[in-house]
Amino acid sequence: MLKDITIGQHYPTGSLIHKLDARTKIIGTFAIIVSLFIGVNAPSYGLVALFIFLCVHISKIPKKFIVKGIKPLRIIIILTFLINIFMTQGEVLYNLGPLVITREGVRQGVFMAIRLALLVMGTSLLTLTTSPIALTDGIENLLKPFKKIGVPAHELAMMMTIALRFIPTLLEETDKIMKAQMARGADFESGNIISRAKGLVPLMVPLFISAFRRADELAMAMEARCYRGGDNRTRMKQARMLKIDYLSLLAIALLLAVLVLLRMLA
Amino acid sequence: MSIKIENLTHIYNPKSPFESKALDNVNLHIEAGEFIGLIGHTGSGKSTLTQHLNGLLKPTSGKIFINDMDITDKTVKMSEIRKKVGLVFQYPEHQLFEETVFKDISYGPTNLGLSEEEVLARVKESMKLVKLSFDDLKDRSPFELSGGQRRRVAIAGVLAMNPEVLILDEPTAGLDPKGRDDILEQIKHLHNQMGNTVILVSHSMEDIAKLVDRIIVMDKGSVALSGTAAEVFKHVEKLESIGLGIPQISYLMKRLKEVDPDFKDEIFTVEEAKEEIIKWIRRRKNA
Repeated sequence: MLKDITIGQHYPTGSLIHKLDARTKIIGTFAIIVSLFIGVNAPSYGLVALFIFLCVHISKIPKKFIVKGIKPLRIIIILTFLINIFMTQGEVLYNLGPLVITREGVRQGVFMAIRLALLVMGTSLLTLTTSPIALTDGIENLLKPFKKIGVPAHELAMMMTIALRFIPTLLEETDKIMKAQMARGADFESGNIISRAKGLVPLMVPLFISAFRRADELAMAMEARCYRGGDNRTRMKQARMLKIDYLSLLAIALLLAVLVLLRMLA
Repeated sequence: MSIKIENLTHIYNPKSPFESKALDNVNLHIEAGEFIGLIGHTGSGKSTLTQHLNGLLKPTSGKIFINDMDITDKTVKMSEIRKKVGLVFQYPEHQLFEETVFKDISYGPTNLGLSEEEVLARVKESMKLVKLSFDDLKDRSPFELSGGQRRRVAIAGVLAMNPEVLILDEPTAGLDPKGRDDILEQIKHLHNQMGNTVILVSHSMEDIAKLVDRIIVMDKGSVALSGTAAEVFKHVEKLESIGLGIPQISYLMKRLKEVDPDFKDEIFTVEEAKEEIIKWIRRRKNA
């Protein structure tokens, strides 16, 4: 189950998109989200879809992998589609007893479904092509200007880095403890909801203990190396915006401009 | 309880960029009552292999028979396998969760559906086997105990299930020398007393040489060597090439043999070496 969620996973292929600066990709992702909400008609969605497919193609990530990421969300997408079909007022197309299908409803439903699917694809592309470390560095760099108004940019980024860093570790730990308890005859898969919840105690208690132990050890190790927040810290790998980054941003700006134009014409 | 492994292959994360072959066509036969030492470098597939033996991992291909029961068969009940094969993980004290030592050790036997009296008897028995005092410790929280004691509580938790095959994955990792010797001694004692099959996974050539009947060396997911200590430790170069070696005392004895060919060099424990050196000194005196 956990394996099906592609959002948040990193899929290294070394493509051009992978090499872009994290800042470019974060801004680009936001632009895609915005563009999906600016879009009003078929050509504008077609354009965004084309842009996303182009990015996927350049990123060399298997298309199957991206489509798999939408799967866990299919119920939400279908539900949104149905609600929009039946709940929108307008020109009646078909009468199903108390339920009425309208022309506007169908249109709205299809657009909403496409919007959601593209949204997931666009945002998962960010994490698929950017390593967690690069991503948090990018966020820190983008938040830096807001430090003056009291946004703890470095601390936020550090917290995210640590959280992301420990997801695989804790998953591994969960797997290990689960196996150890299964070897002692634990059963996590059958029984009703209450016995299942009770069955989780042998998993959760050791997991919490180990999480606290790890946090304690990490804090100690950081202190031992004189960590004292973000001031005057330098990086081994300086993130740099290159020509390709500016070109990509330009392409995204153009996309947004065309979409605004399409909206004004419609 | 004999174990037969046929053409066992296991691939982690198949068909993804993280695909890796952990076991590659492993064939093994382990007799009932044997004491096996399983050694190998980190990532050689030891842990993957042991997890197959009690059904925690399913093979990508191949078969495993425990007393002629094919445990890779889907119809076999997992609880049946777990009753027969007990697996003590690395750092088993990390799996403790109950409020008291008694409750924690009784978790396994209770899961097997045993009666209360039976569970009580098993807990007492297994605590005795690992030399923990039942009366003093049963109501203590496992988290107040020392590291070595916690580890023994965790091992007792598996022993209480009365497994016919006992697998221990580096049971001495991270313990002080005293704790290590205690645990190894108890395992040896247990093997002698109960006569069950024991598979000991270890990095330490010294521990293995001292204890086991047969050594199985794993390298890159396959069995590199298998045999008695004398047979396996003959292949010094091969062992070194896969990042292992022979016990330190054996290196010393090899050097002594170079100086004086009278020395026996098939010696793997400090005790044996002591005897041999004393014998050699006596021979010199008499000569």
